[in-house]
Amino acid sequence: MIMSNLQSLKFFLPELTLTIGILLVILCDISLKSLRNRLNPVLTVFTLVLAAYYTFQLQDATAASLFHGMLAIDSFAQFFKLFLLLAAVLVVLASLHSAELAPFHQGEFFALLLAVTLGMVLLANSTNLAMLYLSLELVSLTSYIMVGYLKTDRLSNEASLKYILFGAISTGSMLYGLSLIYGMTGSLNLYSIRDAFLSQGVEGVDQFTVLLILVLTMAGFGFKTAAVPFHFWCPDVYAGAPTPVTAFLSVAPKAAGFAVLLRFFFSGMSQNSGGQWAIVGGINWPIVLIGISVLTMTLGNVAALTQNNLKRMLAYSSIAHAGYILMGAVVLTGDGVKSMLIYLFVYLFMNLGAFLVVTIIYDSDKTFEIDDYNGMFKRSPFVAVAMAIFMLSLIGIPPFSGFMGKLYIFGSVIDKGLYWFAAIGALNAAVAAFYYMRVLKAMLIEDGKGITAPLQVSFFNQALLVALLLPNILLIVFWNPIDRWTAASVQLFGGV
Amino acid sequence: MITLQHYLLLSAALFSLGIFGVLTRKNAVNVLMGIELILNSANINLIAFSRYSSHGLDGQMFAVFVIVVAAAEVAVALAIVLTMYRLLKTVSLDQADTLRR
Repeated sequence: MIMSNLQSLKFFLPELTLTIGILLVILCDISLKSLRNRLNPVLTVFTLVLAAYYTFQLQDATAASLFHGMLAIDSFAQFFKLFLLLAAVLVVLASLHSAELAPFHQGEFFALLLAVTLGMVLLANSTNLAMLYLSLELVSLTSYIMVGYLKTDRLSNEASLKYILFGAISTGSMLYGLSLIYGMTGSLNLYSIRDAFLSQGVEGVDQFTVLLILVLTMAGFGFKTAAVPFHFWCPDVYAGAPTPVTAFLSVAPKAAGFAVLLRFFFSGMSQNSGGQWAIVGGINWPIVLIGISVLTMTLGNVAALTQNNLKRMLAYSSIAHAGYILMGAVVLTGDGVKSMLIYLFVYLFMNLGAFLVVTIIYDSDKTFEIDDYNGMFKRSPFVAVAMAIFMLSLIGIPPFSGFMGKLYIFGSVIDKGLYWFAAIGALNAAVAAFYYMRVLKAMLIEDGKGITAPLQVSFFNQALLVALLLPNILLIVFWNPIDRWTAASVQLFGGV
Repeated sequence: MITLQHYLLLSAALFSLGIFGVLTRKNAVNVLMGIELILNSANINLIAFSRYSSHGLDGQMFAVFVIVVAAAEVAVALAIVLTMYRLLKTVSLDQADTLRR
């Protein structure tokens, strides 16, 4: 069903809430000088929770096309909306006590965070090339500013400069690819594009043109998901950005990037026959995707081995995780997509948790070097054990939830008979275990030489750590709802 | 007679020049100019496709949005370059290598 503008409004409530929230935060920031520092975070969290509440309300809405085919509302979009709002709430809470952001004015930070969330939510839903490009740029532009938020800090500025130059080139190339699609099919709507492509049959579309479009548009999607060969910005940007922003970038825009990648290729350029997708152009897609995925995870893991800066190490590790997630796309079925959603969901808690520990330790010690983490167990057993659990979860060791992510991803590949591909993935996970274990060794086994005073952790941060730990430990016990929820979330709206 | 092909060749040339400029220039402002070329080459494509076919005005509408986004992008980029100048007293990208070390 294609809805007109007025009909669509009631399905657009989460996004409207976010828009009003952005305006309120800005207004509050300029008008209430005495209250703003306390009111802004509350207002931000309230906006995000209200948007999530409205998303819940719409959970059972039938799949439809909003605003004359600009956006889609379907279970896939609902999953990503909830996911992105949850990530934003957790990052707002983690940034409240950050010593890096404290010297700077916070009002804009929250407004920007809401804006980037709005952009990502729209990105995950957009079914029109113009909408897709605009929301991608909304996400990018606001995250450039957030990365450079520490404006007196050389590293933060350099990170944002690299980010914007690389990002502008990537999205520019993608735009050129999108303009070629418009020329070939005569439409900006993903469903009309698919119909125009398929009118010549799956194999009938010129292979060279499809390859050209693929390379150009993948520049944009690869940039957002930090997949090889568009990952060059990732380590520098992650290392230079304020840590809460790094945590946010490593999870939320990555997830939104995967969402738009899946929607673009599966509803715009492929034919679904009996649960198996066939993408236009007669190119051997699994091989292309396997190539990108293997390169991404191998490069990420191997580069992470030699890092001494924990933030840089986690940056490379997040590249590697993008590689694992991409494994789910290789099989081109609903099961594969489901395993990607599961992986993203468990990755949210373990990665944000690891970055929260980095933030806490930086706030007291002003260091990101792994060697300075020596003897952390004596200084704060709770933080050290929490970090240990996040690291084990990132490796994928049972009973932590990271294991379930890897289980489903590898399972979907093995179901397809790609044993050697699963073996490469498992080998990579083993390599990754080495550098995660290094952090564990530093924190739990080594003796600290320098500071021995107990680590100061505010009660709020302790509570937040517990909140991030619980999903890592307990999800595996209460697995059925997650399994059902993600299985129901692979439905992409097919148009008309 | 100017045909669609002429516009496509022009846009392809602009796109290549933009990529070339981005890859070879060391001055941050020059790189931004290269990025502008890339965006405008896509705009030429969109408008030419829209003009020379019966597809309606979708492409021209898209191009208008791209122009606005390009302006916003340059505003943000110049602000970042300005901050860089304030911190380093240069806008040469060679100097922005602290994170590599």
